[in-house]
Amino acid sequence: MKHRLPILVAFISGAIMIVAFFGRGSVVDAVSDEALRGQTIVAGIALLLGVFSIVQVHWGRITTHHSDRVYSAVLLLCLAMMAGFGVFAGVDAGGVYDWLFQKIQAPMMATMFSMLAFFIASAAYRAFRARTIPSTILLVTAIVVMLGRIPMGQYLYDGLPSWANWIMVVPSVAVQRGIIIGAALGAASMSLRILLGIERTYLGRG
Amino acid sequence: MRRLRPGAVVPPAVLLIVLFHVGTALADAPAPSGAFRIERLNILVFALIFSAAVLWYIRRAVRGETFYIRPLSGLNAVDEAVGRATEMGRPIIFIPGTGELDQIQTIAGLSVLGRVAATTARCRTPLRVPVLYPLPMAAAQETVKQAYLDEGITDPLDPQTVQYVAGESFSFSARIGGMMAREKPAAAIYMGQFTAESLLIAEMGQAVGAIQIAGTAEPEQLPFFIAACDYTLIGEEFYAASAYLSNEPKMLGALRGQDLMKVVIVVVVVAGVVSATVGWGEEIWRVLLAAL
Repeated sequence: MKHRLPILVAFISGAIMIVAFFGRGSVVDAVSDEALRGQTIVAGIALLLGVFSIVQVHWGRITTHHSDRVYSAVLLLCLAMMAGFGVFAGVDAGGVYDWLFQKIQAPMMATMFSMLAFFIASAAYRAFRARTIPSTILLVTAIVVMLGRIPMGQYLYDGLPSWANWIMVVPSVAVQRGIIIGAALGAASMSLRILLGIERTYLGRG
Repeated sequence: MRRLRPGAVVPPAVLLIVLFHVGTALADAPAPSGAFRIERLNILVFALIFSAAVLWYIRRAVRGETFYIRPLSGLNAVDEAVGRATEMGRPIIFIPGTGELDQIQTIAGLSVLGRVAATTARCRTPLRVPVLYPLPMAAAQETVKQAYLDEGITDPLDPQTVQYVAGESFSFSARIGGMMAREKPAAAIYMGQFTAESLLIAEMGQAVGAIQIAGTAEPEQLPFFIAACDYTLIGEEFYAASAYLSNEPKMLGALRGQDLMKVVIVVVVVAGVVSATVGWGEEIWRVLLAAL
């Protein structure tokens, strides 16, 4: 029963969602709304698990004199500070919590995002090599698209922007649609396997 | 090994084409009332055909029929990656995506984690599984714990093995970068749903010299993984990973049924392109309606 109960819960939950998708009515809508509300509640409670995990890992590093214990101490201090200000002083605009978020966290997130530009350049430098015929085609295509998207491309040749546009609209979209169709079928197959209890590895069982 | 016969493909293809026109007509009709959403009838029938195909091949697989699955180099490299990490005495990082547990890609990633955790447990290789959300963290803990138990490791799971890291993707990327710079993993496996952090993580792994295996069904992130990783599983290959690694007949049968539906869709798309190009679509439909 211990092994079958989670599979039964998964099947019943999936069946409710399927009936709600194809059915109409106050009972059907009410049951599916309650199921979705329950999911949100469980996710909120699970957040406590995440906080516990962070505290456990980093407090362990401090007490065992790990080489990075200073960073762990900073992390726990910031966690306590943000949580404290959020709970006792509120999260409204203009408050301390909001200031910490807008002036410290948001710029740090923007910094990480900005690193993408450099990483794209380094990844492109490694990927765009004319070693084989397909990689040469990729290189030429990338050059056409990159030049076609900037004013210099049109300056060099008037037709480059339309070539770049054609590449992005026709073959690129066609390939993306093919990948999406294949992935959708794979997802549907996996969903069916989970509903029927054939796929159980997500429960920790083989 | 049996190849797909035209007799298995044509009837579902014709049914799908008929369904398209029925669905279009229903969508144009006034909104009906009643317990069943008639305008979604074509989706229901497609789902039933798909389920029937999958279940049919699962039944055939359970009866002993074998199906050919083409080699996936990315999955064959998992054992190589674990072996490399064991020899170098460095850990393996496994990231089951940055999606919540209600995303099918996260579940697919956790399925692969189970197999990888079993291999690392067998080789006694340290495993690190940083997770973005708490629910996938709880599921990953259970998955790894069970894999370790199956290999005879009864010690309590180290809290550092599966850990919750932030709740925001760029904070997550920063943590992964620090983890990679300090622990210098020999192998990094990324299986699941990713967004903008995919290239950040993959480039950081590239910088420390880790062998990288990625799998996702996000078309926007695939180019980044292909450029930065050694092996990449694209779309349905990622969903097939669990079946491929387990080699269980039921899972392989489900893959076969999924492939049948893919062929059916290709036939329908080609038929649609041809009929739209030569303008036969409306004529054929008019003839069919007159015959009925």
